Amino acid sequence: MQVTSRHFKKEAHDALQDAKVQEAFSKVKTGFSVARAERVSELPEFEDLRDSARDLKNHIIEHLDFYLEYFEDQVLLQGGQVHWCSTYAEAREAILKICRDADAKTVTKGKSMITEEMALNDFLAANDIEPIETDLGEYIIQLAEEYPSHIIAPALHKTKDQVTELFHEHHQKYGLNERQTDPQALVNEARSVLREKYVAADVGITGANFMIAETGSTVIVTNEGNGDLTQSLPKTHIAVSSVEKVVPTLEDASTFLRLLARSATGQEMSVYTTFSTGPRRRDDIDGPAAFHVVIVDSGRTELLGTDKQDLLRCLKCGACMNHCPVYQAVGGHTYGWVYPGPIGAALNPQMVGLEEARHLPNATSFCGRCEEVCPVRIPLPKIMRHWREEAFEKQIAPKPERWGVGLWAFFAKRPALYRLATRVGAMTLKALAGKKGRLSKLPLATGWTSVRDLPAPQGSTFMDQWKKQQKRGQN
Amino acid sequence: MPSREKILNRIRHNLGRGPLSDEAAAAARARIEGHSRNIVPDRTNISAAEKVDLFQQKMEALGGTVTRVSSMDNVAEEVQDYLSSHNLPSKIKMSPALSDLSFEKAPLLEVTEGAADIKDDVSLTPALAAMAESGTLCMASGADTPSTLNFLPENHIVVLKANQVTGGFEDAWDRVRDKFGTGNMPRTVNFISGPSRTADIEQTLIMGAHGPRRLHVVIVEDEPQG
Repeated sequence: MQVTSRHFKKEAHDALQDAKVQEAFSKVKTGFSVARAERVSELPEFEDLRDSARDLKNHIIEHLDFYLEYFEDQVLLQGGQVHWCSTYAEAREAILKICRDADAKTVTKGKSMITEEMALNDFLAANDIEPIETDLGEYIIQLAEEYPSHIIAPALHKTKDQVTELFHEHHQKYGLNERQTDPQALVNEARSVLREKYVAADVGITGANFMIAETGSTVIVTNEGNGDLTQSLPKTHIAVSSVEKVVPTLEDASTFLRLLARSATGQEMSVYTTFSTGPRRRDDIDGPAAFHVVIVDSGRTELLGTDKQDLLRCLKCGACMNHCPVYQAVGGHTYGWVYPGPIGAALNPQMVGLEEARHLPNATSFCGRCEEVCPVRIPLPKIMRHWREEAFEKQIAPKPERWGVGLWAFFAKRPALYRLATRVGAMTLKALAGKKGRLSKLPLATGWTSVRDLPAPQGSTFMDQWKKQQKRGQN
Repeated sequence: MPSREKILNRIRHNLGRGPLSDEAAAAARARIEGHSRNIVPDRTNISAAEKVDLFQQKMEALGGTVTRVSSMDNVAEEVQDYLSSHNLPSKIKMSPALSDLSFEKAPLLEVTEGAADIKDDVSLTPALAAMAESGTLCMASGADTPSTLNFLPENHIVVLKANQVTGGFEDAWDRVRDKFGTGNMPRTVNFISGPSRTADIEQTLIMGAHGPRRLHVVIVEDEPQG
């Protein structure tokens, strides 16, 4: 999809003024986060499961080539096909070819972040194949021609009234002329419209939360059941996934499943967890006749062997954004690409380039909540710091910023000089502030003083006060 | 170079090695074939009867309904009662696997077998297993168990034998392997934990998004408990 991460600062500024964004995104605190805490408290093994999942993911990453090849063998053995794609462009082409071979006019889709990454919908539409999103949230934003603001609740930024208007505008062609305002009625209306689409579609495209090497199965997890109708009714099922999603066994998938829904929505399990293996069997009376797995890399394997390799453990549960004060304040779209919140701040620089996404690793208070709740214990703040270092070293950050950091480093490495400078600074600021004790204007600090006063120091530095107290203690 | 090789080579290069050594590959293969279990929650370390109770309690908490009958002979009657008590038409689409049910006891019930059709209101399907851990049903597709019946109709009724209720997910995998053979999976295995729902409109929970609005489980208690 189109990347707009470079505008982060402006977007964040706008989002903070937007009451709708503020209301929508503050809800994750009272919704997902509270539910997660409840589920965690009910499972004494939760912290041990996180350790186990982290270790297991690390094992998989170290054996990634082996498990991917094993998975491929099993898919082939079960009568499915595997398409390895190094880039988004290859993946789009592979999917288009499968659709063309199936004479597809319409394609239904389950929610899939990897197809968002590669902007599959626009590509299919440009090639005269109509993609229809079936997850309610994805359906809403498809009608609105927007993109997800949360990886598991894509339409989090939309209000009920906006959904009412969208449905009213787009559903009249089906003879549904009444404006629905009740959430249940809205869901019913989407349900009735999409049922026909499931049956009419030639190809169903889903993502895959896991690819199981042992059996060659792909796994999807949903609450609505849309993914299942998407993959079981059309003649062809395409599961699109990425290299790091492979897991060795059904038992290993079970470990991740115990963490996934608890971390994401605060459910013990999502309603539907579906394991798909090969096409329909010879005597089966339903299910797709063809089964394709598209495995995408697109920059992921470049993380291997780097200080950001831990990112490959991500289960895409969304817990980090649900607990992030920055995400809650600025919303999902501000991040300018598929993944918002802390995972976006840590991952997007790799996926879209550090130059484009250089603001994202700065969009943090380093409170550490994201790492505290991550089911696979990804050290997100540490990885953001690595990106900051890299932005400095590669001279991607603008000059004043780099000079500022360079200047600070010069003093920080010379403690005596540093103390002298802070002493002079503290005294100067105190003198400038006068009796008020506050500064309403200060050169080089307008970023702060343009919106609020800067409280002035009391005159002596922490170190000086500490020394004084120590002396007093001795006397 | 084809992308497959490009990706595999990149993985090996960035991990600083060639293909896995024979020894490491054998160990990984043994790990797969061993189906070794990771941490399994202790909550399922209970008797068979308690597992059935826990399953029921969890399923009800998820918004499903559960009833128990004493034998397979009583299932058809229970289905007919359920439909009439919910003002639903006395008409079901059923998995062929259940054709031996005693429908003479439910004379009002109109039964057809086959895969789901968009017009079907009620489906009746058999479970392969259930997991007490989370109140989850395990369904397997097959020639006589089409999986569309689990999703398309608005009302889904499931027949579950008490001895099919296991503890954790790993126990269900053992049942699947027993039935289909190790390394073999049916086209679709569905874990189902309650009726369909969504919270995509302002995080308000609404039932019946795309899958069944109602999920009713009939537990048959006559079988010896395992």
